[in-house]
Amino acid sequence: MGQAGSTVARPELAALGAWIDETPDAELRRRQQSAEATFRQLGITFAVYGDSDASERIIPFDIVPRVFLADEWARLSAGLVQRVEAINAFLVDIYGERKILDAGVLPPDLIFGNAQFRPEIAGIRPPHDIWAHICGIDLVRTGPDDFFVLEDNARTPSGVSYMLENREAMLRLCPELFRDFRVAAVDSYPDRLLETMKSVAPEGVAAPVCVVLTPGHYNSAYYEHSFLADSMGVELVEAADLVVDDDVVWMRTIAGRVKVDVIYRRIDDDYLDPLVFRPDSMLGVPGLIAAYAAGNVALINAPGNGIADDKAIYSYMPEIVRFYSGGEAKLPNVETWRCREPQALKYVLDNLKDVVVKLVDGSGGYGMLVGPTATKAEIETFRAALIAKPHRYIAQPTLALSTVPTLADAGLAPRHVDFRPFVLTGSKGVQVVPGGLTRVALKEGSLVVNSSQGGGTKDSFVLMDNGAARGQRQSQGQSQALRPELPLHHLPEEANGRPPPAGAE
Amino acid sequence: MRLIVDHRTTYRFTAPQARLIQLLRVNPEDTHDQSVASWNVHVDCDARFRRGRDGFGNSTTMLYVDGPVDSIEITVSGEVLTNPSNGIVHGAHEPLPPALFLRETVLTMADLDMRDFARDVGLGEPLAALHALNGAVHRRFALDHGRPAAGQSAATAFQHPTATPRDLAQMFIAAARSLGIPARYVSGYSPACFGDDASPAPHGWAEAHVIGLGWVAFDSCTGLCADEAYVRVAVALDSAGAAPVAGSRLGEGEEALDVDLHVDRAGQ
Repeated sequence: MGQAGSTVARPELAALGAWIDETPDAELRRRQQSAEATFRQLGITFAVYGDSDASERIIPFDIVPRVFLADEWARLSAGLVQRVEAINAFLVDIYGERKILDAGVLPPDLIFGNAQFRPEIAGIRPPHDIWAHICGIDLVRTGPDDFFVLEDNARTPSGVSYMLENREAMLRLCPELFRDFRVAAVDSYPDRLLETMKSVAPEGVAAPVCVVLTPGHYNSAYYEHSFLADSMGVELVEAADLVVDDDVVWMRTIAGRVKVDVIYRRIDDDYLDPLVFRPDSMLGVPGLIAAYAAGNVALINAPGNGIADDKAIYSYMPEIVRFYSGGEAKLPNVETWRCREPQALKYVLDNLKDVVVKLVDGSGGYGMLVGPTATKAEIETFRAALIAKPHRYIAQPTLALSTVPTLADAGLAPRHVDFRPFVLTGSKGVQVVPGGLTRVALKEGSLVVNSSQGGGTKDSFVLMDNGAARGQRQSQGQSQALRPELPLHHLPEEANGRPPPAGAE
Repeated sequence: MRLIVDHRTTYRFTAPQARLIQLLRVNPEDTHDQSVASWNVHVDCDARFRRGRDGFGNSTTMLYVDGPVDSIEITVSGEVLTNPSNGIVHGAHEPLPPALFLRETVLTMADLDMRDFARDVGLGEPLAALHALNGAVHRRFALDHGRPAAGQSAATAFQHPTATPRDLAQMFIAAARSLGIPARYVSGYSPACFGDDASPAPHGWAEAHVIGLGWVAFDSCTGLCADEAYVRVAVALDSAGAAPVAGSRLGEGEEALDVDLHVDRAGQ
């Protein structure tokens, strides 16, 4: 995965090139279609807001895997662990003693004026003081050793089912790749997640009962909710299945009430408990926050986490990491202009054509301006919005994002990618699952990887070694060393000077 | 002053309810100038109570009732001793900093008219501006002794000639915040604005934060600072957050609410 535009070779992936060379295009396509047919059958669909036939869509799948070497992964993992530990420490602090504000690291109004800081749950201590049990950290790469965090997702990051289903499809359709590469398994994720959930059960619970709480089958990520519950072997429940009594959460079952100790909730804070948050919520469980405050149930992730992954806070993450870890952030941020600061705002307004502007509380690629591809009218709309409410926006420079080989209409071609690894935090520590969700912008030159905006996914191989291919293919790599990451096509020059992809969803 | 509170809230349902869960914020707590001599929360059916504390530091009671239940009457009664303090709040449990109370909510968003109003009347030092604002809100609206309209925002209330205590407090809060002064809603008990000897709802007023003084209580019903005839119960960003009762029920039908509330100064 070389720097886009400079086409750095990755000789250690010669076997991948050989595999692509040897496998006819038509065969790759057939396999890809087979994978997509499976996904459709399984119902791995998603909804695009404002699209009437949304429920029919699947996220396109690309058959060519993306590869991380063992060394790369070790460096990434260390950075991810450090970052997620800092996110947890920040949440403990900001809803508790607020030492970071006393130290002057963050402007207090950034916290207290931010709707993501939830006064309703301030002072509550979640079991084991863990807030961000499941984090999805969105990364982009601009060079061999240049990974940047684009966005932290500490609320209810989605996409892990794609990591697992994509791998399953690859194992079935391209078994030879797993002979050639020593790929770390990801299928332990559900077990690790369940272990994480059990580890954060309230003190004194010997055999914790865990459930997944979904808003229901109309939710765009319902497949993932049911998939995770199923693969963990726990109940998938909706609000109506749960009842709070005496500050304890119970699940209604045909055999009577069962006490619930840990809830992996895939419902936003706003809808979690109508007595505390939005009173019109039909998705939530009345009394849930009382049970949580009483220490009788663990909520995964904790309510209030939005303050840690808010885009306005993001720009302070290097300082936050330094404050809690005592060292420099191993994974840097993308340079970010805080439009709330007059000088930054001026720069952004002067350079709207070249930057990406994001709403601090937007997600899914909505509420975003991608300067280089925007129309004049779009730019002027954002200019007016920025001037009216500058504190609602941040801006980032255009980046030369890495590309990886992807099966396009005309054959293999470079396409921009980002990456979301999943990090689990339980009472026994932090672990990074060796894999993740690679999102790929399928349109030529596009940097928007969001599934709602034409993005697809591909499998992400984390190698247990540094890529010296095994077996017979080793000898076929001789001509690959000087090629770019994708062996068949050179990378287009315009890869430089493009904006980073959109945010998470 | 000794204040005697007797507050009955009755919900009647047109169909039996399988379950009720209510979050009550009806427990006053001791401060420097407020001392709770006795206090009781009673429910006229089998119910389980759980005491807690919300993020604003308010004492809460969770109420769990199994059905079938056609009606429920919650009686809150007690005696509180108060000292005069010129409206200044001393010794309350304050888990959140004043800066939080600059935050707008749907109910306390100041529209352009209100911003203009606040700017025109709220002149001078913060304390002087707050007094001026309180007086101006008081004079601008005739007091409505009826039950507050559920979910009515400050901006909507601002367009009407009459306003309930809740509306007045939320308008004051929205205006104060638009001047950059932290302000919050207080629910509690006071005979200060009763039409006759009873009130259709617990009282609501505002507190604004003044550097050097701390939180100062303003009641736009009277146009004055709250005096010793006020029992402070709960604070929040707006009336919804400090509501004495937030409830949820499992069952069909409609509900009707009836409130009977007396607050008396002892010996009167």
